[in-house]
Amino acid sequence: MNFLPPGKYFADGNFALTEGAIHAGCRFFAGYPITPSSEVLERMSIRLPEIGGHFIEMEDEIASMAAILGASNGGSKSMTATSGPGFSLMQENIGLGVITETPTVVLDEMRGGPSTGIPTRVGQGDVMQTRWGSHGDLAPITYAPNSVQESFDLEIEAFNAAETYRQPVIVASDQVVGHLTEILEVKNMEDYHIVQRETRKTRNGNEGVYDYSRDFTPMFAAGTGFRGNVDSLTHDERGYPSNESSVEKEMLEHLLNKVRKNEDKIVKYEEFLVEDSKLVVVAYGITSRSVKRAVKEARKEGLKVGMFRPITLWPFPEKRIRQLAEQSKEFIVPEINYGQYSHSVREYSQTETKEMHFPPGAVPDYRVILKEIERCLK
Amino acid sequence: MTEVEYHPKHELIREERFPHVWCPGCGLGIELQCYLNALEKSGIPQNNHVLVSGIGCTARIPGYANLDTYHTTHGRGLPFATGMKIANPDLKVTVISGDGDLFNIGGNHFIHAARRNMDLLVICSNNFNYGMTGGQHGSTTPLTSKSASTPYGNIEPTFNLPYIASALGASYVARWTVMHPRQLTKSIRTAMDVKGFAFIEVLSPCPPNFGKFNGFKDGFEEMEFYRKSSVVQNDAKLEDISIDPFHGKDIVLGDFVNRKRASYITLEHELIDRIRGGGQ
Repeated sequence: MNFLPPGKYFADGNFALTEGAIHAGCRFFAGYPITPSSEVLERMSIRLPEIGGHFIEMEDEIASMAAILGASNGGSKSMTATSGPGFSLMQENIGLGVITETPTVVLDEMRGGPSTGIPTRVGQGDVMQTRWGSHGDLAPITYAPNSVQESFDLEIEAFNAAETYRQPVIVASDQVVGHLTEILEVKNMEDYHIVQRETRKTRNGNEGVYDYSRDFTPMFAAGTGFRGNVDSLTHDERGYPSNESSVEKEMLEHLLNKVRKNEDKIVKYEEFLVEDSKLVVVAYGITSRSVKRAVKEARKEGLKVGMFRPITLWPFPEKRIRQLAEQSKEFIVPEINYGQYSHSVREYSQTETKEMHFPPGAVPDYRVILKEIERCLK
Repeated sequence: MTEVEYHPKHELIREERFPHVWCPGCGLGIELQCYLNALEKSGIPQNNHVLVSGIGCTARIPGYANLDTYHTTHGRGLPFATGMKIANPDLKVTVISGDGDLFNIGGNHFIHAARRNMDLLVICSNNFNYGMTGGQHGSTTPLTSKSASTPYGNIEPTFNLPYIASALGASYVARWTVMHPRQLTKSIRTAMDVKGFAFIEVLSPCPPNFGKFNGFKDGFEEMEFYRKSSVVQNDAKLEDISIDPFHGKDIVLGDFVNRKRASYITLEHELIDRIRGGGQ
């Protein structure tokens, strides 16, 4: 089987993430087993050899992250899958992907933390790590699916974003979405938009490895005669290292602006009954499904509440949050952590933002959220 | 007198990047030269040669070669190169990095790349210390010798690199010094044809750090000491060749191992052919 044929499947999130990646053109996977994402690695070990792709189980997550960057520079669309502890180990090389402008996709299936935490149960404690995890300045792109369908669709979108913006893109799923089994609908292959990689082969005159005057310059694939230098050190357009603050400025602003200038194209969110709402509950990933139910129940009581669900956690949906802040006096942010995304909601909205802390290990109970909605609006 | 218009290796180097970053008396320029000489003789098109490194003084070598070159993170050159080689097996991927990069921070990757018999050529320059950060000790610092972080003398035993590489099943294993440029070039040239994991340890002086801490007045004196302490013994018993020159022990050099063992890429391609050809 090359691609999952169109049709309806009863499948789990990890199956959908894997097949979505293959649809998107992923032909190289390197990973290290870790609960709850191991099924992605296992399915990749079956699927990639079938389609002439490459699968390798590496010695740890540091090696996995390095290998997918190497493979990407070698010409393959690549990805890895992990969870909290492994995601921590990948941070340094995520930065390598950013500074070398190497497209790849990292799936982080969030579980309980810190440290080994609760490996088999859900958490949302890596949200800020997907934003600030690697040292230095970067402009991350992170998708947070809340269903099996989205696991498939957003995996394709993550690959497209990685290729377009030339950097590692994070899919921050969670243990429940990964193991949840529900309907997955797959369309015909031609109905999906897949960004194909354009590469440069030969070099014209003084053409650089990079061009900081443009947001997007195609990368070169190793072995095609370009003879470029790809460097983890701060580098100029030629790809050569520099200690100059002026070069750092030029490079860094290019790395940040290619994403920041295109935030409107990248940002995705779902809204539920926010049109007239006086209170907005902001929730992402599996928590949003409890929130949706709480909002429905509250609406039956006549309470004007809605839900705003960031689908891209980063870039932060700043514009829309500011608009919502004008109409609603308060935000509630329930998360399976002790207050992470709530900080950004508060910062960008500059509005009263109430945190709801849920310990890792269980999906938030909608009744607890409903009570909080009632307390705010009654 | 004839005027020199080009560097004799101008096709193979990035002339605009010179002068290089290395200190007077350093051996890394010789190592780069030996690699380029071997590359010229390899018969493998220049475009197919790729250089990958981690971090450190040696890891700056790729930046001077006119090839596709990748300067990655500390210790992670090997897994990066592994991904690249698997993605594009037509490439001749050489990882060139230091002892600290490949065996301290990157030691885990080394043992696994060698165990897999991954189709990579690994050239490790061993200068017995961390040069770039000012000469701290590492796993290759000889017993009792001094460094920026062993002011009272090193009490830790050293890694015996060829012995490790051979025990893990590497197809090719050698050790030379930069005072043996002909042998080193020949060794690199031979290793470029090896299927599987090829490993060459190259002893190289670090005059301002390891040299200074251990009483060598300059790079030449340090090189001369290694040359005088060296014996060539291709059939050496590898378990006996750990480096301990300050207690009168010879440094044993040679082309120690060159054997045929199924390489990772060969086995992976067989697997893919079997799965795609035979169905399930």
